[in-house]
Amino acid sequence: MSRETVLHSIRRAISERGVRGRFELPARPPAPTYGEGRLERFTERLVTHACSWEAIDTLEQLPDRVMAWLEGKGLPPRFAVAPPLMALPWPEIAERHCDRAGIDESVAVSLAFGGIAESGSLAMYSGPQSPITHNYVPEFHLVALFADDIRDSQEGIWEKVRATGAMPRALNLIAGPSRTGDVEQTIQLGAHGPRQVHVMVVHAKPSTS
Amino acid sequence: MKALPGTFDSRAAVALADPSLQKALKNFKPLFVAKRAAAVAELDGFEQLRETAAAIKDAVLSELDVWLERYAAKVESLGGHVHFASDAAEAREIIREICRKADAKTICKGKSMVSEEIGLNEVLEDDGYKVVETDLGEYIIQLAKEPPSHIIAPAIHKTREQVADLFEQNHPGRPREDSVAGLVNEARHALRERFFQSDVGITGGNFLIAETGTSIIVTNEGNGDLTQTLSRAHVVTSGIERVIPTLDDLSVFLRLLARSATGQDTECYTTLSSGPKRPGDPDGPEEYHVVLVDNGRSKMLAGRFSQMLRCIRCGACMNHCPVYGAVGGHAYGWVYPGPMGSILTPLFNGLAENYDLPNACTLNGRCQSVCPVKIPLTDLIRTMRNEQIKAGLMPASQRRMMAAWGWVARQPGLYRAFEKLGSKMLRLRAGRSGSLSSLPGAGAWTRVRDLPAPSGPTFIDQWKAKGGQS
Ligand code: SF4
Repeated sequence: MSRETVLHSIRRAISERGVRGRFELPARPPAPTYGEGRLERFTERLVTHACSWEAIDTLEQLPDRVMAWLEGKGLPPRFAVAPPLMALPWPEIAERHCDRAGIDESVAVSLAFGGIAESGSLAMYSGPQSPITHNYVPEFHLVALFADDIRDSQEGIWEKVRATGAMPRALNLIAGPSRTGDVEQTIQLGAHGPRQVHVMVVHAKPSTS
Repeated sequence: MKALPGTFDSRAAVALADPSLQKALKNFKPLFVAKRAAAVAELDGFEQLRETAAAIKDAVLSELDVWLERYAAKVESLGGHVHFASDAAEAREIIREICRKADAKTICKGKSMVSEEIGLNEVLEDDGYKVVETDLGEYIIQLAKEPPSHIIAPAIHKTREQVADLFEQNHPGRPREDSVAGLVNEARHALRERFFQSDVGITGGNFLIAETGTSIIVTNEGNGDLTQTLSRAHVVTSGIERVIPTLDDLSVFLRLLARSATGQDTECYTTLSSGPKRPGDPDGPEEYHVVLVDNGRSKMLAGRFSQMLRCIRCGACMNHCPVYGAVGGHAYGWVYPGPMGSILTPLFNGLAENYDLPNACTLNGRCQSVCPVKIPLTDLIRTMRNEQIKAGLMPASQRRMMAAWGWVARQPGLYRAFEKLGSKMLRLRAGRSGSLSSLPGAGAWTRVRDLPAPSGPTFIDQWKAKGGQS
């Protein structure tokens, strides 16, 4: 069996070189911390990565702000939405669904699991509450994120993931809209994924979540 | 991928005479080097991260079997399948079998150097599958039927006009696009449908995490994510050396990778995948397979080149290599170009068949000064030359020249006399210009640049004049 063959030849190589147990895993340098400046660092990195953002006080304000954003872009009020956001007070004209994104999906509205101040990344935790396709298929991705869920570094997100008790099937870290430099090293946004990512930082976390 | 025909010399000659390639190379190099330097300068403790990353790799490699077993057990506990392949043929068979069982028609691929290494596309296409490369650079070279010429930017050798020509030929019914934005958009439209048709999605795996049974892909385009999320089966292809212990170790490597590869602080998308779709998940692949490829790596682990297994395929070494910068990736003849390729290709494909790769290096050391995992690339290239000589591979003419030089070098008086005579003759021949535009026996050198004539007394004479001992 190949597994045994491969492992056997690895074992033979390790014993030929006599290295087993000779190298210890090193201590890792500490991850960066930002203290009071965490939110500022996060939003500054968002902008560096070509995201736009705005602050909102509560999640209940999200529908109005999403509708205003869509109107500002001249987009129809039709979008995929993460299940936890479905029941917010959306206006009647908001045509929304929370299934996986289809090929013509133009806009998705998601709720992030966390944010990383170090890199301005959004962390999306896949599952019934957060379809992965919403992050990649639409041209416009609007993401709500509780300010409380922003961590200094990736390490903070790993800790937050461990606290849930399991790795999600997919943990997507997203830093800005999709881009490519494959034609003459000229950076072009909107390669395969969203062309624009707009983040809404929610300051008051509901006490139930 | 099959090795390209010819030798490094012959392929380099073609590359030097290709004006489009030369134009493309001139554009790319300063960009990558400057962007990396800026990104590195912005981060405190980059050196410490390099040290740590190298130490993590060495520790894992010294117990690689243990970490791989731990990783595999975790993946399997999540419902994934782990396949070990001893060589390229076995890896191809495993993947063909997965595609057969999935009754696949369309196979989308994210960028995977291992799949290039094992020559996967050719066999899948021969089997009748529609194989679609989805990374824009890979898509371009797939249309051009060419191998990648850089591990991060596979189509770096193509100019915008060449891409426009390719798209015009391959996307019938669409008006020709000439702008970068237009071309990127055109590819987006052409590939969109493919993602949704994909039965099997094949990606690479930048890292594998033993703690969580997770595979990582890092991209800017999002093509890898669409590939693996929309396909019914996701196949991760990875070398056996890619496993690391924990998520926290991953952070060390992620901080190094994007800065070293593209000069970004992070790539746009970093995706951690653990197993197949779970009950209640609205999307994601129903099957999740990891194909761990040995293909000579365990042999590497035993020998003098084991440090090469630290490589995280960032491309920094080639971005900083003056030889790569002059001739591009195809001159190296196989999947892995530049300094890392000059070591890997002879190890994978034979010292004799690739004699000239390590010998094309100038040993200037820039590659190892930027390698994020501190691989002593120039030392390894020197060791490789040594192995070639020990194996009797040095051509007889070179051997005779080296023997003659060695004999003269052991007679200091004679050596100095020759040195003086040589430098005087070169000075005389150069005349007032101080450089030679042609020199018998060195035509290849002087065809593309002038040779500066020695300007004054020899080093030994200067040393003596300054009171040093000889
Ligand atoms: S050898 Fe070092 S610099 Fe070159 S690709 Fe590998 S990790 Fe990057």
